[in-house]
Parts: sequence; structure tokens; C-alpha cells
Amino acid sequence: MSTVDATAGWDRLIEHDRVHGSLYTDPAIYEAELERIWYRTWVFVGHVSEVPEPNDYVVKSIGPQPVIMTRDKQGEIHLLLNRCTHRANLVCDAPRGNSSAFRCPYHGWTFSNTGRLLGYPFNSGYDGREAKRELGLGRVARIGIYEGFVFGSFAEEGPTLLEHLGAAREALDRLVALSPSGELDLSAGWLQHKVKANWKMLVENETDGYHPQFVHSSIFSVAQSGIGELYGEESTALSRDLGNGHTENDLRPEFRRIGQPLGWFGTTPDRVPDYVAQLEAAKGVEQARELLIDGSPHVMLFPNLFIAEIQLFVIQPLAVDETVQHVTAVQYKGAPDMNRRMLQQTIGSVGPAGFLLADDSEMYERNQRGVHARSPEWVVLKRGTHRERLDEDGHLVGDATDEVPQRAIWRHYRRLMEAGA
Amino acid sequence: MSGATVNRDLLLEVEQFVYREARMQDEHDYDGWEALWTDDALYWVPANGDAIDPTREMSIIFDNRSRIATRVKQLKTGKRHAQAPPSRTRRVVSNVELLDGAGDGGELVVGANFVLYESRERGVTLWAGRSTYRLRPTGDGLRMAYKKIELVNNDRAIFTLAFLI
Repeated sequence: MSTVDATAGWDRLIEHDRVHGSLYTDPAIYEAELERIWYRTWVFVGHVSEVPEPNDYVVKSIGPQPVIMTRDKQGEIHLLLNRCTHRANLVCDAPRGNSSAFRCPYHGWTFSNTGRLLGYPFNSGYDGREAKRELGLGRVARIGIYEGFVFGSFAEEGPTLLEHLGAAREALDRLVALSPSGELDLSAGWLQHKVKANWKMLVENETDGYHPQFVHSSIFSVAQSGIGELYGEESTALSRDLGNGHTENDLRPEFRRIGQPLGWFGTTPDRVPDYVAQLEAAKGVEQARELLIDGSPHVMLFPNLFIAEIQLFVIQPLAVDETVQHVTAVQYKGAPDMNRRMLQQTIGSVGPAGFLLADDSEMYERNQRGVHARSPEWVVLKRGTHRERLDEDGHLVGDATDEVPQRAIWRHYRRLMEAGA
Repeated sequence: MSGATVNRDLLLEVEQFVYREARMQDEHDYDGWEALWTDDALYWVPANGDAIDPTREMSIIFDNRSRIATRVKQLKTGKRHAQAPPSRTRRVVSNVELLDGAGDGGELVVGANFVLYESRERGVTLWAGRSTYRLRPTGDGLRMAYKKIELVNNDRAIFTLAFLI
């Protein structure tokens, strides 16, 4: 394909209803995205339940940057960079553990799990205590936690996490509301599924309501799943722009029409009686019934957290054409009967061998190869432009299969890229 | 089990079974492969280590017999895009050992290592690991009651694994 010079203006690459193919393939654009999106905006890092005890730590990431998420002995969460401030060795070589300190294996410099430099061997070689002061571990400049979800931003200043989440905050509220204890436990471990595709292929697909009947017809047909119909021509479900690049497939209109508690999960209350009783005890019978009919959200939080009803996906770009999708099962703290089902359904559906995600991933990789073709140069995102409208909250919505979310993602993307120029 | 007690006939039968399974997988003989399983079978590919609890932690595959059937049915639709067209694969299975149960008429526990080349449009992917089988003698020969595949890289990011492992 011909290349369009990005410095000539992002408006030349990103139009209202089409985007230029080079956005997925140009290494220079990828490098600019790291600086203007991944190292600036709020990015989901991990969940507090992954470090439940004082001094727990786990290695997470912000894009290609490894980040150590720690809980100090007071219980506070920190996001530290895995780089000794002396000669840049990795201070943490385990994926997770419990330790109040990290000792660099190269020369023995030791850092507390709050990032402070505690000391170094043979300290007469340095000129007094002053030397230590500036040499704490690098840290993600800002940390924000909402309902246990830990986000980090490398930018010292900018919108707050709540400003960034905006209307999409409600997705996290809805997710947590389905837990009788009001808490999630995301400690089942993450599958790491690698694809040779640009990260935006994944972001766009998460709330693409047009693909399920085609990409997933094989599993829908053999498992007698009704999911496909939620994304059909007759569906009353909505696609929605939640602002700031956050997007949604709102399936509640369909679930409310059907009116079956737990219908969204393909089961009935008598199959998970303990869970339903717990939720009724916590919320009252009426509200529990409403929550169980509405179900769990299907929302993509830009740029990297996808809440897919009973799964959470985290998108990690590693190169212009390489991305890892991390995925785990949603688990409600203290609801073992429901958790067992959510875990087993998640294992079946997602990850490298999943009935659903293996096929999505095949699509990402074929898209990535296809977009290298010389002609046409553009990716078309027109679907539903003639029927998009504002809902009662002022959000742009379209029909279930419309490309309202994809246009919304690109509008926000362009704003971020232009702001960083 | 010490080498002195190896029942050569039994080992040969086990090896032939393991090689047959490998060939059926490489040649996408989905029906043949499904028929190797017992009715209470378990097919497991753990993630993030080999000794996890699959009832509480994420696995790459954790199929009971009914889910094995679903997996095969999905492949046979021809619309399992991740295997349409199917990967070309060839695997070498070696280090076959009878680990437990030889000679008592009960289940045999068998260990083996494998190296597997997968070729797709993406390129060639090399897979390797260790398989543990529980093989049950039946009137119709051995059947698989259990197969656990410990990928050497199950704690790292891996490409799509939609062929039969």
C-alpha cells in the first residue's frame, strides 16, 4: 500500500467513516501511539485481588513496559518499573510472590516494595546518604483505583481516572453489582494469547456486533447457542459510544424483552441456588431479579480493558504487528457455585484453544495480512451511519450490528494522537 | 517402575496406541481421534505451570467428554476458522514410559514427550511438551481416559492452539 505521511495530519488518515490501512502497519505510527496513548492516558494494569496480602507483588504491564504491582505492608498499592536504578538490571525475576523488598541480582542494590532505595553493598564507594535519595525505582506517575481495578498513567498531569472513565464507570459498577459480596476475586490466573496483529484490530473487534454470526457460527451451531441472535438484524440490542473511546454492546434491551434471570449466562437460577440466594440477601429480591435479568456488561474501556460479561481481557501491544491478549474469568468473591460455572465456561470459550477466541484471533491475523494489500487503502466503517442517534443520556447509539463503537474508538484515538503532536 | 519389570508386549501396545493417536491428530482424523476416548474422559492443557488446580484456575483446555465432543463437532463444521484450513502438523512422540499400573489389568499411566511443527499462513510454530496418559484396557483395545499436556511454555504468551494437541 502507499504510505500516507502521518506528520501531514491525522485527519488525512482518520475520517469519520473510514481509516487508512497504514494505521495498522506503520512502525512509526506504532511508536507514536506508545508515547501519546500507552504512556500518557489511563491504562488498566491489574486488580487489587491479585495482590491480596501485605507485601504481595505481581508483574503486570503497560503496553511493552513491565510494571510491578505491589501492595506494601500498610496495604497501599504501587506501580513500579522493573529496572534497577543503578545499571538497569531487572530487580524482580518472578512473575509473582510476597516480599517487602526487591534485591537486584547484579550488584545487590535493594529496594522496598514502595520503590525506595534501601541500600547497596560496600556503601563507602558512594558519597554519603545523599546518593540514595534520587535513586528509588521508577514508578508509573499516577495510579487510580476504581472498584478494585488498578489503572496507571505515565503522565504526571491530565484527566483524573474518573474523568477518563466517564460514563463507562457504570460498566464497572454493573460488573461488581452482580457479586453478592460486592467484590471480585481475579486470582484465577491469566491466559496469554499472542497474535500477529495490530492492537487496534482487537480493540475494534471487542464491541463489533456485526461479526459474531459469521466468525462464531461454528460454535453457535454445535452448542445450540442463542448468542448469535443477540447480534442479528432483528435484535433490539444497541451499540454505544460511551465517550473517551469507551464503547459498548448493550444487550439489556434483549435480555429485558426475554425477562429470564440468568438468561444472559445461558442458565437458570435453580442451577446456582446459593449464588442467587446470596444476591437476593445482599440486594433484595426485586433488585436481584433485575440485576440477574440485565446481566453483566459488554464494554471495551479504551485502550486495553474489555469486560466481556464473565471474562476480562487485557490488550497488550508488543509491536506494530504483535499483540498479547490476557484473559481471566470473572469470579465473585464468596460465590463458589457461580464461580465454578463462570470459570469452566471461560476456559471453554477463550484463550489460544477457546471455542470463540481462537477464531477471533484468526480474524485479527487475517485482517493484519489483508491490510497490507495495495488497494483499496482504506478500511470502511460506515455501517449504521444513516441510523445512529442519541439516547436519553446523550450517548451516540446504533443498532446491534452497527459500527458506532468503531467510529467512536477512532474519534478518540485521533484526538489523543493530535494532542500529542 | 524399574526397567527389569517392563512388560515388552504391553509397552509395545502402549507405544502403538500413542503413535496412532499422534497420527490421527496430525491427519485431522477427528472421528477416529474422538473414538479413542472413554466415556468419562478428561483432556487437559494447564496454563501458568503444570500443577495448577483446574477447578479454580485458568487452563488452556479443560475438556470433559462432552466438551471433547463439542470441540470435535466444531472442527467438523468446516467453519472453525482457526482450523479452516487446518494447520499442517507433524509431531514426534518419544520417551514413552510406562509409569504405573502395568500388568494388573487396570489403567496404565504413561508418560511421553513430544515435539510438534505447526505450519499455517502465519508461519511455522514449534510446540513441545510432555503428555501424561491414563490408558484403560477394554475388549476393543486401549482407550484414553485422561490426557494431560504440559506445554513447556504454558506460562508465557502462546499463539492460537486450535489443532488437536
